[in-house]
Amino acid sequence: MDRTIASISTNNLGTSAINIVRISGPKAVEIVSSIFSNKNFKDAPSHTIHYGWIKEGEETIDEVLVLLMRAPKTYTKEDMVEIDCHGGYATTNKILELLLENGADLAEPGEFTKKAFLNGRINLLEAESVSDLLNAKTTLQSKMAMSGLTGKTTKLIQDLREKMVSLLANIEVNIDYPEYTDELQITKENITPVLKEINETLENIIKESRNGSLIKNGINVAIVGSPNVGKSSLLNTLLEEEKAIVTDIRGTTRDVVEGSIIVNGIVLNFLDTAGIRETEDIVEKIGVEKSKKLMKEADLTILVLNGNESLSKEEKELIKTLEEQEGIIFINKIDLKEKIETINTTLPIIKGSTKTNIGIEELKEQIIDTFGLKDMSNKDLTYLSNARQIALATEAKNLIAHVIEENKNDIPVDMLAIDIKSAWENLGKMIGEFYEDELVDNIFSKFCLGK
Amino acid sequence: MKYEIIVVGGGHAGIEAAHIGAFKGHKTLLVTGNIKNIGDMPCNPSIGGSAKGIIVREIDALGGLMGRVADISHFQIKMLNNSKGPAVRSLRAQADKVTYPKNILKELESTPNLTIQENMVEDLIVEDNIVKGIILEDGTKIEGEKVILTTGTYLKANILVGNTSTESGPHGERRSNLLSDNLKKYGLHIQRLKTGTPVRIKASSIDFSKMHEEVGDDTYWTFSCDNPPCYDINKQQKCYLIYTNPKTHKIILDNLNKSAMYSGLVTGVGPRYCPSIEDKLVRFKDKERHQLFLEPESIHYDDWYLQGFSTSMPKDIQEQMVRSLEGLENAEITKYAYAIEYDAIDPLQIMPSLESKVIKNLYTAGQINGTSGYEEAAGQGIVAGINAALSLEKEEPLILKRNEAYIGVLIDDLVTKGTNEPYRMLTSRAEFRLILRHDNADLRLRPLAKKCGSITDTQYQNYLNKKKQIEECEIFFKETKCKLTSEVKEIFAKENIPVPNITETFYDLLKRPEITIKFLNEIEPIPFKEEIQEEMEIQIKYEGYIKKTYKEVEKMMKLEEKEIPSDIDYSKVKNLASEARQKLEKIRPISLGQATRISGVNPSDIAILNVYLKKEYNHE
Repeated sequence: MDRTIASISTNNLGTSAINIVRISGPKAVEIVSSIFSNKNFKDAPSHTIHYGWIKEGEETIDEVLVLLMRAPKTYTKEDMVEIDCHGGYATTNKILELLLENGADLAEPGEFTKKAFLNGRINLLEAESVSDLLNAKTTLQSKMAMSGLTGKTTKLIQDLREKMVSLLANIEVNIDYPEYTDELQITKENITPVLKEINETLENIIKESRNGSLIKNGINVAIVGSPNVGKSSLLNTLLEEEKAIVTDIRGTTRDVVEGSIIVNGIVLNFLDTAGIRETEDIVEKIGVEKSKKLMKEADLTILVLNGNESLSKEEKELIKTLEEQEGIIFINKIDLKEKIETINTTLPIIKGSTKTNIGIEELKEQIIDTFGLKDMSNKDLTYLSNARQIALATEAKNLIAHVIEENKNDIPVDMLAIDIKSAWENLGKMIGEFYEDELVDNIFSKFCLGK
Repeated sequence: MKYEIIVVGGGHAGIEAAHIGAFKGHKTLLVTGNIKNIGDMPCNPSIGGSAKGIIVREIDALGGLMGRVADISHFQIKMLNNSKGPAVRSLRAQADKVTYPKNILKELESTPNLTIQENMVEDLIVEDNIVKGIILEDGTKIEGEKVILTTGTYLKANILVGNTSTESGPHGERRSNLLSDNLKKYGLHIQRLKTGTPVRIKASSIDFSKMHEEVGDDTYWTFSCDNPPCYDINKQQKCYLIYTNPKTHKIILDNLNKSAMYSGLVTGVGPRYCPSIEDKLVRFKDKERHQLFLEPESIHYDDWYLQGFSTSMPKDIQEQMVRSLEGLENAEITKYAYAIEYDAIDPLQIMPSLESKVIKNLYTAGQINGTSGYEEAAGQGIVAGINAALSLEKEEPLILKRNEAYIGVLIDDLVTKGTNEPYRMLTSRAEFRLILRHDNADLRLRPLAKKCGSITDTQYQNYLNKKKQIEECEIFFKETKCKLTSEVKEIFAKENIPVPNITETFYDLLKRPEITIKFLNEIEPIPFKEEIQEEMEIQIKYEGYIKKTYKEVEKMMKLEEKEIPSDIDYSKVKNLASEARQKLEKIRPISLGQATRISGVNPSDIAILNVYLKKEYNHE
């Protein structure tokens, strides 16, 4: 635990003008001063900047600025030093190597944040937000991560917990001071609206966190359609025009994502449709099955049709399937003679042409509209941002729903309190706060009792 | 003269400690300032109450006196929280302030190995941090192997009324002047606490006609699981409910600066759950009225206790206040209300066995440990007595866990969190309260009591009988089928309960929310005692919740089982937050579980400590 760790904090090696090498731990100052020309550095006061050279023996490696931050007012609550050096792979790496040679350990991914958490600098939710922030690709993503960081999510959850603890305190007062009938008596009837309100808030949080996850992970879009309707050219038009970003979406999706673009701050990941892009001699049946499978994996499917032809049996089947999920129909080739029949569907239909670049903007707007993300950049982003949080919120919601059900069945309040309390604890775990004494304090601050 | 156990103080803690020590065969001395005051109830005339009633049953299960003596000394008894569910039901009895102490004394006098002596103890014989006996105020030394201090509110006590402060114990009894200073000398940390008691009013001066009656239950109850009830439900005394009014409030607010609480005279910390009436008015300005209860203290004399009206106002203001209340216009005050300040020790300096961490062989129990309440005191008293005796017998101490008893929760809270106000037990402090019920106190604790040797063979047999009956009753429920005859269907129809589609067992039927044990008895009389049936009903109806609680217990036990070696050097555990390090150093928890409950020790500190234990002590 008392390792002194170092790593390169910037990740544009070779391209940026300046890079930062960071070191944290009890030996941070000592290690840096052993390779730093500025002799005043070692005993300098905290939170000061020092100019000098990084040296290996007599050889000068780089001209640098060194930021000295002593414990405890640092990110990790340990002594920390940041070396601002010149960009370039060789120099930056050499400085890191020197630190490691002089006694630092190479930091594991996320270890600075882990130290910050273990040393009580940040709570679990904040730690998670930091990792989101580090991985953020768009400004919306980083805004969402920041809102977790500044405690916006925490505040939302705290308010909800406050409501629950008030209810619990009232129940406990009724139990522990049964003779004080002047205090509000919790009954089967008056508990219901409060529970319903809590349940609703939780439901909203969970629903909105789905949007949160779309912002974080992007929208996975599948483009399907019969051979030769223009799937590839639609994909290429979308990607080319938006200057596709290099994808390294973590782990699972990397292999299947063909390319990504950013629209309105939202990442759209186009799934690899290679399997059904092969055209000529493919058996139509297989094409339909593969399309369906792909549609299942996607958040949104664009079904491309040829406006110059009438609908095939398979296309009609795909439209039907698509109606049960998020989808958009793109009728291509409208620069040619329209031969396609009118489609009777609830799905939005965009007409356009990849050849003449008609309808592409409209299509992108429709994608964003479909998810209600149009005004996203102005929204208050207070969503839960990861699976652990969503799971805890869902568990809390289920518990409250159970309480509502049991209350209908005349289950006594001491039993109901068990599940309300677990729900309250779940939310506490989400924000890393869970003190039993909160409840007892609440009882005495809100009620007037005693001999 | 040398004793094995010396108990200092004859209050509710001292009584249980002395009785159980002597019962277990050890030569025991109980020293108290006034023999007449043994078992006295200086404040409210009741035993039990929410959570407290469960503690009384636990004391009874462990072989103590409070429950069985209360059973023969009360004039009203009721089950609280009946409608709020089985986990929180609890008995309260209006105990007679004359009869109860008399019956206690009778019990103590008939306990073999127990000597009672009237004297003031002002110092201890301590050598090398080991207690060897006590020193009386005249300098006489009495040797004892174990000393249990149960001094209540008597250490350097001051009585406060208005602007006068008098050096005195409760009701003008002599206080102990030197003992707390001497304890400080030996390294115990002393804190100043405060509590209070309301006025007593002469019965003949009260006009009860305008008051709301509070009566006892029309079912028979006992605290003790060994004895049948021996009172007449029809001869129970009534209590009364009244309210404060704007006139009362004006008198209090106009004279606030005369109250000892507000004039700066009081330095001790009072309990939040037991505020004075002036406190209530200041803190809850918007409340139009406050509830008060009039309770008779005894059937042998005339005083009535005005619960909810504790104050440290001067006497003339107290008179005005009382006479502003409806029905008390002509009230004659027989005892004025007062606040009392006293010295207590810091409970963080005691071990879960209630032995001091500072002085070996010294145990403390009751208000000296920072608690409040007769039941809380008695609960600690019996544990201290058992543990002093077990230590003499070279046995491991009895440490009740949070999932075993309210007394366990109480002691764990005290020695883990400490307290800066008098600690009162609440059901909400017990996270596993669903399995710490009044009805299963004997099932939970009698096996442990047997192991400790604190109950008689008959008492143990009573437990075995009950256990056997519950098992048989369960078989009955599982084997008895509800045959859907037209007669049975009619019973269902009469109660407006849907008839089941198939023949179900009583066990499965009872799981349905709308079906009660009373209803099943209509279908077929259940051949077991009511108490056994009730036990079954709880176990079957709330099985899901009970299972959930046991799962939580399991989680806790995992951490509880990770013992922290007593020789651990916290300065060697790197990266602990400094507050956590200080707290751990001071409290020295016996397990990782206990460490998690220390305020200021965060989950990250526990993680660090866990890693350290694994590394240093090869914990799994």
